Amino acid sequence: MSNDRETILTRVRDALAPLKERAPLPDWDTELAIMRRLVPAHEPWVLFCERLVAVNGLPLDSAAALAAWLREHQHLHGYCDPALWPRLAAHFGEGFTVETEYDRARVDDYQFGITAAAGAVAETGTLILDDRATTRRLAALTPWVHIAVLSRAAIFADLQQAVAAMGDDPNIIWCTGPSKTADVEGILIEGVHGPGIQIALLLG
Amino acid sequence: MKFQQIDQFAAHLRPSTRAAVYDGSKKGHEKRTQVLFDHYPDPDRLRQLAGEIKQHVIENLDTYLPAIEAKLKANGVIVHWAATAEAANEAVLAIMRARNATRMVKAKTMVSEETELAHFLEKNGVECMETDLGEFIVQIDHDHPSHIVKPIIHKNRRDIATSFEKNGLGAYNDDPQTITRRARDFLRKKYLVADVALTGANFLVAESGRLVLVTNEGNSRFCLAATRCHIAMVGIEKILPRDRDLGLLLNLLGRSGTGQQLTVYTEFITGPRAPAQPDGPDEMHVILVDNGRTDVLASDCRDILRCIRCGACLNVCPVYRQASGHAYRSVYPGPVGAVLSPLLMGKDFPEKADLPKASSLCGACNEVCPVDIPIPDLLLRLREKGKREHSAAAAAGTPPMGAWSLLASQPTAWKAALLGGRIINYLPTKMLPIPALRAWEGKRSLPAWRGGEFRHWLKGRARSPGAPPPTSGGQSPRPS
Repeated sequence: MSNDRETILTRVRDALAPLKERAPLPDWDTELAIMRRLVPAHEPWVLFCERLVAVNGLPLDSAAALAAWLREHQHLHGYCDPALWPRLAAHFGEGFTVETEYDRARVDDYQFGITAAAGAVAETGTLILDDRATTRRLAALTPWVHIAVLSRAAIFADLQQAVAAMGDDPNIIWCTGPSKTADVEGILIEGVHGPGIQIALLLG
Repeated sequence: MKFQQIDQFAAHLRPSTRAAVYDGSKKGHEKRTQVLFDHYPDPDRLRQLAGEIKQHVIENLDTYLPAIEAKLKANGVIVHWAATAEAANEAVLAIMRARNATRMVKAKTMVSEETELAHFLEKNGVECMETDLGEFIVQIDHDHPSHIVKPIIHKNRRDIATSFEKNGLGAYNDDPQTITRRARDFLRKKYLVADVALTGANFLVAESGRLVLVTNEGNSRFCLAATRCHIAMVGIEKILPRDRDLGLLLNLLGRSGTGQQLTVYTEFITGPRAPAQPDGPDEMHVILVDNGRTDVLASDCRDILRCIRCGACLNVCPVYRQASGHAYRSVYPGPVGAVLSPLLMGKDFPEKADLPKASSLCGACNEVCPVDIPIPDLLLRLREKGKREHSAAAAAGTPPMGAWSLLASQPTAWKAALLGGRIINYLPTKMLPIPALRAWEGKRSLPAWRGGEFRHWLKGRARSPGAPPPTSGGQSPRPS
């Protein structure tokens, strides 16, 4: 395979040798790629809510509202990040079964999964998850309802800021609404492999 | 008459397939335009910038490739190089064997379609499961994708329900929601038992070594949450210089491909999972694949390597809409495929040299391209190449030019032909002497033949300078 390396690099050099000059790398103004009509029209959480709704996500701003929504929709069995559970438990009450250990042998038992978001992007209604903030990648993905817990200070106004702030976490994922497909006749269906319902919960 | 292969294919398309392709691509195009122009004051400037960035990368691959290799290694990624499709497939198999792995889940990779990896692995005892809903349906149907981002644009729900029933995925039910739920249940079992995930990459950033994957379904995320080993097959042209360039390219990709501001899941991977994270790969490989790309780089069509596989040019193309993706006999259909597919054939270029002719050169593909590739110019260059290489495929459906060249080089013969051509005005269509003309006349009406009138007029002018030009039959003179 080291042979293939030399083969490819030699071919590349040979292919480029006849070029008299090479295209320069343009600098560009990130302002060009910001939806300025929206940003910063509002306070980041307000804009985030508006944009999340636009991609069929659901913003909630209290643990009580979350518990009420889950009860109303009969999603009573789920997983919660053990670090977050103490802040939520008081609102859940009777009828709920919430596990703080996730068992991958029982992925379909969890109707909801509550994990921490590393941040959010207001401009696009995007939740940012990463390996350090998310207790388990699977817990944020396999349940029908995913709840990402977000703090106000972690919301970026626009996508360009979020790109600039990407650190060295080995796995960052931006989630913009629930999992979806339009493969069958262009008809939108939500909840393909990931959550069918994406909730952002503002806590602090 | 002998039609071009793409016309022959299109002529036999099922009406329902044609309708599905037409509706699907048209809808995709309309959404794109609306979203881009609604969100940005100057989207064309964004396309040009993105084009300049990618052109810079491909013209400097000699420095970017070693740079990305170094960065990936520093991030704990094992780097492989594959000059050919066979080498790429062998590299994947070697990794599987070293792990004693027999099950793979696969997401978001077109390079592996080029190398026919799934077929190769199955032959070698590895189960290789497509996880994108469309790709999964293509796989169980032993079919091929017909669109870059909508692989089953050519199928309707009844086709899908029938093949689900045939493959033991439940009784016939053509409700799209039911189809999707059944695939969800079936595939999550596959992810959870697979040892290796294979993906491609939308972008690979030289500055950080970030590999970027976008999906709407979340299938690549599931692959990277459930398995222990991640292999990415990446074409050598996928590099971006800086992280900040993602802020431009990601915005263009979602809008151009599916009319979304951003694809639902955008995943940035720099290496194996974090130590405290229980889910995901602890081993990551990147295979840098050439498979014909350096031939493209050496050609005068290297601009096509800017392509970010969004499918916008397919959606807008009048030929694609009528012919569907399979008509292109290639992994990459549509305008981009008409350029890229013949070039990726290397010395077998003449076999697909007809594809650059599958275009009216209307230029719509260039107008919508998020990296501003001058596709019509490239198509013209390839038409010339096909002619120079005497490709039989490229010549199909073209009238023979021998008689023309004889006439054009013999003034007497030319004059006689101009007069004699008048017979065309009296011939019924089916008796026209040239097959191409017959086919053309079958759908339209030729203007009346007026051969020789221009010469007649010019002669008249020369004899009496200053006099008004003679007219014939009350009509203004036309050049013959």
